Amino acid sequence: MADKERTETINKKEAETEEAKLIPVYVMGKRYLVPETLTIMKALEYAGYQFIRGCGCRGGICGACATVYRKPGDYHLRVGLACQTVVEPDMYLTQIPFYPANRASYDFEKLTAGPEEIFKLYPEVFRCIACNSCTKVCPMDVQVMDVISAVKQGNIERAATLSFSCIQCGLCVSRCMGELPQYHIMQLARRIYGSRIAPRAEHLNEAVEVAKSEKCQQALQKLMKSDVKQLRELYKSREMEPEMAGEDWTPAKHDYP
Amino acid sequence: MPYTEELTNLIKVVEKTRPQRLARKKKGEEFPRMSPDEADEVLKKFHPDYKGEGRRELKVGPSKGDRIPHEFADLLEAWSRINPDYIDLSRVDMETDILIIGGGGAGTAAALLAEQNGARVLLVTKLRHGDANTMMAEGGIQAASKVEKDSPCVHYLDTLGGGHFKNEPELLSTLVTEAPGVLKWLEGLGVMFSKFPDGRLHTLLGGGISRKRMHYCSDITGAEIMRTIRDEARNKENITVLEFSPTIELILNEHGHCAGAVLYNLETEEYLIVKAKATILATGGCGRLHIQGFMTTNHYGATADGIVLGYRAGVKLKLLHTIQYHPTGAVFPEQVEGLLITEKFRGAGANLVNIDGEQFVYEREPRDVESAAIIRECLETGKGVPTPTGKLGVWLDSPMIDILMGEGTVEREFLGKFIVYRRFDIDIAKQPMLIYPTLHYQNGGLEYNARGETSVPGLFIAGEVSGGVHGENRLIGNSLLDVLVFGRIAGESASGYTRDKAKDGRLSLQHVKDYHHDLEKSGVVTDRVAPILLPDYANPEVRERQLTAHHVNK
Repeated sequence: MADKERTETINKKEAETEEAKLIPVYVMGKRYLVPETLTIMKALEYAGYQFIRGCGCRGGICGACATVYRKPGDYHLRVGLACQTVVEPDMYLTQIPFYPANRASYDFEKLTAGPEEIFKLYPEVFRCIACNSCTKVCPMDVQVMDVISAVKQGNIERAATLSFSCIQCGLCVSRCMGELPQYHIMQLARRIYGSRIAPRAEHLNEAVEVAKSEKCQQALQKLMKSDVKQLRELYKSREMEPEMAGEDWTPAKHDYP
Repeated sequence: MPYTEELTNLIKVVEKTRPQRLARKKKGEEFPRMSPDEADEVLKKFHPDYKGEGRRELKVGPSKGDRIPHEFADLLEAWSRINPDYIDLSRVDMETDILIIGGGGAGTAAALLAEQNGARVLLVTKLRHGDANTMMAEGGIQAASKVEKDSPCVHYLDTLGGGHFKNEPELLSTLVTEAPGVLKWLEGLGVMFSKFPDGRLHTLLGGGISRKRMHYCSDITGAEIMRTIRDEARNKENITVLEFSPTIELILNEHGHCAGAVLYNLETEEYLIVKAKATILATGGCGRLHIQGFMTTNHYGATADGIVLGYRAGVKLKLLHTIQYHPTGAVFPEQVEGLLITEKFRGAGANLVNIDGEQFVYEREPRDVESAAIIRECLETGKGVPTPTGKLGVWLDSPMIDILMGEGTVEREFLGKFIVYRRFDIDIAKQPMLIYPTLHYQNGGLEYNARGETSVPGLFIAGEVSGGVHGENRLIGNSLLDVLVFGRIAGESASGYTRDKAKDGRLSLQHVKDYHHDLEKSGVVTDRVAPILLPDYANPEVRERQLTAHHVNK
């Protein structure tokens, strides 16, 4: 196609654009016209990309589609998840589907609840210079720097609860002046908190025992051998726990072990 | 996109009826549950599974004659991605005790248990480790953890009724028995369950559940579980993970035992041969097939690869005609269309209401019934809410939750969704959400037993790829449970098998040749290849110009 012809085609396309509400976005510098209502992810697909990397749950929870972009006349670096962020005219974007971050391996059984464990595995935690770049870049609004401060102060509970929404996309790591692998540190903090610090659900021990007991297994065997008619009756007559019932509610008849 | 002016006006209608609905709720008055006959009727008339034209008779393979959705039949009546004659099985690239195909909850749980039992594990996955529907599960995980009001037997009955009494008794009994132990295992690994200050687990109701048995980690239960067990797998020297390497065929050996797989490196486009003493198929579900054109809550990789692999190797199908449409998928804003809005919203008190602000269904019917009732309200009753993109939906009245359970509850308990909607300037603690049923789960799958074994020696399965434990309709909170219970079992069984039963032999793809032969004989004329590996969402005009991008094996 001659250049002139190509330009005409583009112009024609842009004329249609107004009707179809197509807007230009620049994917790694290359221009595509895409419908303005789409997310970055759907816009890339519309343009003809088939993702291998950079696409996962498409629901904002898996951390596969971290994206950075800039807009003309604005020096700020913006971030978003491609599956959650709507395209904007003239955005210059690239996905960062992977960013190297060293993870320390450990024997979880042998860990204690103390913060020294984290200090030992991730001594670089003290390289944090509190620049807050990690927090600024987090697409989930996790207060990443506060989490790291909490770790440094030995407050694992705070680190665990503050970092709960982390989706491990790695953007914090990409911006860190101190070169920390924040999301691995936060994962470790949560696991220590969940297993060693938060009060344990002691009632599970009894539940496990009951489930495996001969009495319960016999009752299950009886159900397994019942015919559908009997089972339908039992199903229909189940006592339903009311929605607004308190934690101390018990059924009028508790027939099963 | 925030709510349009039209929708904002319609929300006022919902707000108007809200006080009465709240008053009823506080008095403990519920919208009447459907009788079994009413439920049957609404299912037959409105549930997509019951549409005869949505299925066809399968013409090839061990379950020839089964009537299954066209989208599955298309995959099973298709050629392999490779010509078996071109694959040199004598050049083995990797050898391991146990090959696990799939890096979601089931595959990872299997890897941990296999490793614990002394096996060397190679876990291969199409995308990243953890890219799976497990990661997206929101509602929670069922287990009879409170013995003073609950029992595995009640869990059994609830699940059986939800599954229309079609569940396999052995599988179901195993599921409910192992459930409390799975919670204990997870807590030990550091999963942060939502708890009371004394450590007692929070529990909620869910559709078709008679006791508060849904345990959760805010509204990102699956993500919290997945990232924790993945982290533990990364601690194990004997678990090797290979990402972006989907399996495209299983390999059998001269004894007819499963002996590994052919992998495809998505990035270098190389084919690789893995030899294994036992193989566990844990490839997950099928949402990205968009059965009957439905939007889906599923992960990008949910393309039913495992069904194709297992079926070609000789494993029969079980209940594959039933698909679960989750009652509440987002239908607005368009950007999050199909997004799962957890059933926990209804468990916590939110009503479903129509365009007139009227409640039209009990909000905790089993999922299939609830979905059918929503479709009826939109298509037959005509009281659906039109969206700006020309679709219909109904309101999920989330603001009721804060009023019933205290300000801040929605943000605390549904933080994930709260953030997603906030990005579109919608405050779900104050404004209802617009929803419609969305393709969510593959109820059926490949046949297996309570030890995770299939009819092919050396081939084990776990999780959504399997069929039988959920009958014809899975209950909320039973899928996370399924992947963990049967993932663990598959890992244990497979490691036992590698010690006692595995028999070395010459590798073969004869089953693929035989399948091709059958396909030719069956009269199916097609250039389809399967598994498809990735869905294709290119705009059709672009796709037409992508002349060489789409591999066709003919």
